[in-house]
Amino acid sequence: MLLVASAFVVLAVAMLVQAAPLPRDVRNASTGCGTALGCGLLLAAAVAHAAGLLDPDPHARLPLGPGGFGASLLLDPVAAVGLAVVGLGGAAASIHAIGYERAQGAGHAAGPVPTMPLLPPFVAAMALVPLAADVLTLLFAFEAMSVVSWILVIANGRSQDGGRAGPIYLITAAFGTLCLVLSFALLGGAEGAWRFTTMRETDVGPVRTAFAVGLAILGAGSKAGLFPLHVWLLLAHPAAPSPISALMSGVMTKMALLVLVRILFDLAGQPSWWWGTVLMVIGLASGLMGVLHALMQDDLKRLLACSTVENVGLIAIGLGVALQFQAAGLPAVAVVALAGALLHMINHAVFKTLLFLAAGSVLSATGERGIDRMGGLLRTMPVTGAAALVGSLSIAGLPPFNGFASEWMTFQAVLSAGRLPQWELKMLLAAAAAGLALIAALSAVCFVRAFGIAFLGRHRERGAATAHDADGTMRLGVALPAAVCVLFGLLPMLPLVLVHPAVLELLPGAGVGDAAAMTLWLLPPGGVQGYAPWAIASIGAALGIATWLALRPTGGGGARRVPAWGCGHPPVGPVSQYGGSSFAQPIRRVFGTVAFAARESVDMPAPGDTRPARHAVRMIDPAWEAVVRPLAAAVGWLADRANGLRSLTIRAHLAIGFGLLVGLLVLTAVVR
Amino acid sequence: MIGGTPGLAYDVAHLLGAVVLLHSFALIYQRRLFSLLNVFAAQALFLAAAAAWQGHIQGAGHLYLTALITAVLKGIVIPVALHRIVVRLSIHRTVDPAIGTGAALAMGIGLVGLSIALVLPLTDRATALTREDLALALSVVLLGLLMMISRRNAVSQVVGFMSIENGLVLAAVGVQGMPFVVEMSIAFSVLVAFIIFGIFIFHIRERFDSLDVPYVETFRGEGR
Repeated sequence: MLLVASAFVVLAVAMLVQAAPLPRDVRNASTGCGTALGCGLLLAAAVAHAAGLLDPDPHARLPLGPGGFGASLLLDPVAAVGLAVVGLGGAAASIHAIGYERAQGAGHAAGPVPTMPLLPPFVAAMALVPLAADVLTLLFAFEAMSVVSWILVIANGRSQDGGRAGPIYLITAAFGTLCLVLSFALLGGAEGAWRFTTMRETDVGPVRTAFAVGLAILGAGSKAGLFPLHVWLLLAHPAAPSPISALMSGVMTKMALLVLVRILFDLAGQPSWWWGTVLMVIGLASGLMGVLHALMQDDLKRLLACSTVENVGLIAIGLGVALQFQAAGLPAVAVVALAGALLHMINHAVFKTLLFLAAGSVLSATGERGIDRMGGLLRTMPVTGAAALVGSLSIAGLPPFNGFASEWMTFQAVLSAGRLPQWELKMLLAAAAAGLALIAALSAVCFVRAFGIAFLGRHRERGAATAHDADGTMRLGVALPAAVCVLFGLLPMLPLVLVHPAVLELLPGAGVGDAAAMTLWLLPPGGVQGYAPWAIASIGAALGIATWLALRPTGGGGARRVPAWGCGHPPVGPVSQYGGSSFAQPIRRVFGTVAFAARESVDMPAPGDTRPARHAVRMIDPAWEAVVRPLAAAVGWLADRANGLRSLTIRAHLAIGFGLLVGLLVLTAVVR
Repeated sequence: MIGGTPGLAYDVAHLLGAVVLLHSFALIYQRRLFSLLNVFAAQALFLAAAAAWQGHIQGAGHLYLTALITAVLKGIVIPVALHRIVVRLSIHRTVDPAIGTGAALAMGIGLVGLSIALVLPLTDRATALTREDLALALSVVLLGLLMMISRRNAVSQVVGFMSIENGLVLAAVGVQGMPFVVEMSIAFSVLVAFIIFGIFIFHIRERFDSLDVPYVETFRGEGR
């Protein structure tokens, strides 16, 4: 707890530095370094806790808090996972933010409002969420996290979505917190338990628990970006400055998921079978819709936000499967699923932060967000490009990078569906396995497209041609998580050390008490294949070297620059390259017509006509049509009805209040 | 001797509280403004007596002061002032009830039953005197509210509002150890409300030549 406390002190100092009378760049550099140091301390606290070092008493009671009781914090294994996520994502983002802010001050990137002063409190609020050991502290941290990020979203309002994103984000965040408040109130029972220790022992009966679980999935799910309450995420995450987008996508969604884990696995008691089923179906829908959205996006940052929805869906699938197996009394499989989900939280935090930061570097170097206006950036921005390649490979779930390990564990759990007692669930999990495979494949396509169009080929616009690689801090900001991606890919045991105690705590009765069993997670029961990243990496390396050696004698010495081959046509310039929309077209035709009601219209002028031909695609997001629009219409309708109340007589107003009072009194008298 | 055991102290306190409640019922069926004001003054005086008796049996000197404030302000000053307003503005001296007297009385009985059913189970750890007193006080508050909505005349709405305050004072004196500040603030809030309502009535009178709230509603373009 000492490390955590010092981390918060460092973060506070980092924020206060902004008030010092120093030059802007010096101030920002010290804030960035301070925040990174704070994140490092949080990570160290998580690692120390997992390794069982120090901390005989992980409790902390803050002197300030509601009702004179003081807020209570607890560094338990689940909180350690959360701190690791905050530490990994936060450190990279704060280092990157130094250079990003400097470039913003000088160059053409969007955003007139400084983001640095709000960076440390944002990180601190996110770190408080998993640490909270009572309801009030948790809700306070959750709201603080929402509000600070909301300010950062609207502060950057010059971007086209900023104006619309702000209100929608605020409404969704308030709705999510409201659901969580109700959920906790139901779980607290008649005694109003508000510390987690007492709440765990409170049994409120199946009906109330069912409502609490539903509200928790709704509340935390809307914050995490689960379908169909993800619409705010697609607007708000790209609208913020890039380091903040990285934190929102990479870290904040994980904190919401950890709240969900806390409620479903820890506080609500023995799970029923349907909790996991609901969560898994929502996760599948999020994964599919997210990845299809991402495939068709042109804006790089929106593409990454869509892919966040997909990854949050993958994590939700893992959590749901774990709940199903735990409810069926098969903790051995539940362990694998839950470990996969928690591992994917850490991994996704690393590579999504990396990709958003790379997008930020590209944005500040070229001023472009649309991938169809980039191209050839790998030549002008080699370090950023290489890091983005590592991130793309990781997020696509290719071995031996880190994304594969976690997706693989989720797969192993889903493929053990045959052990479930109910036939319906067996069938459903088989379908889920197919969906999972589809999501994984589509996400690989998506990132082949994103990386290929943006970084390979020839530059399409002048900005992409004259771009220089980002400055030192931005390069360090993307290189660090890239290194972590490779490290966690080759040694998945490292993050599993963090995940292991959390899984054991959350799944009572799991039969993996000894540390040796941890290796079993990568060789799960049932005789299925194990995963040995080293072997895959060395086979890949050996094949690569062999190919290189075999081709070297035939290839020419060194690279030659020649004009691009124009397929026999006269040279038409880089615009004729294969573009992002062309890449997405087959997928759009197969899936988009169903998922988004995508319609293409081609307007071909008659021969001799000189006007240009046009090709337009119209897509409808079902979440907007089916959820947001009816909801907005319902609110408008209610507001119209409530308008009638304004013109009532004075006596009628009094009578309404009186009737309400009497009604509540009668209710109190009857219910007791 | 305080409260818990039935005896003279308990009986008298109970009797005075019940008389205050009875006056609330009397307020509901008054059809003329002057008798309404007289009943209100009588209610305030009995409330003052109840406060003084509570001061006696609790041995709390400050309750005598509360009794004095209640008797002087609500028993004499406010009714006399309202009386003069009514005379000077030549307000219609009949009360136009929006809910029939019989129905209002029946609803009032229901509200008393509700407050007894509500308070008695909630306070089973308190002394008998406190419990009865709270039930009576809640009834007075609810009857005051009922009066406010069952009358169209602004003066009787003011009286209803102040009888709500009477109920609050009754609750405050019945609970042992209630700090004096609270009673003072209640008394002053009544005074303030009186001033505000006085100005309000004055302005309505000037504007509409009547104190019947429906005229104001017509003016707002709402009609009935």
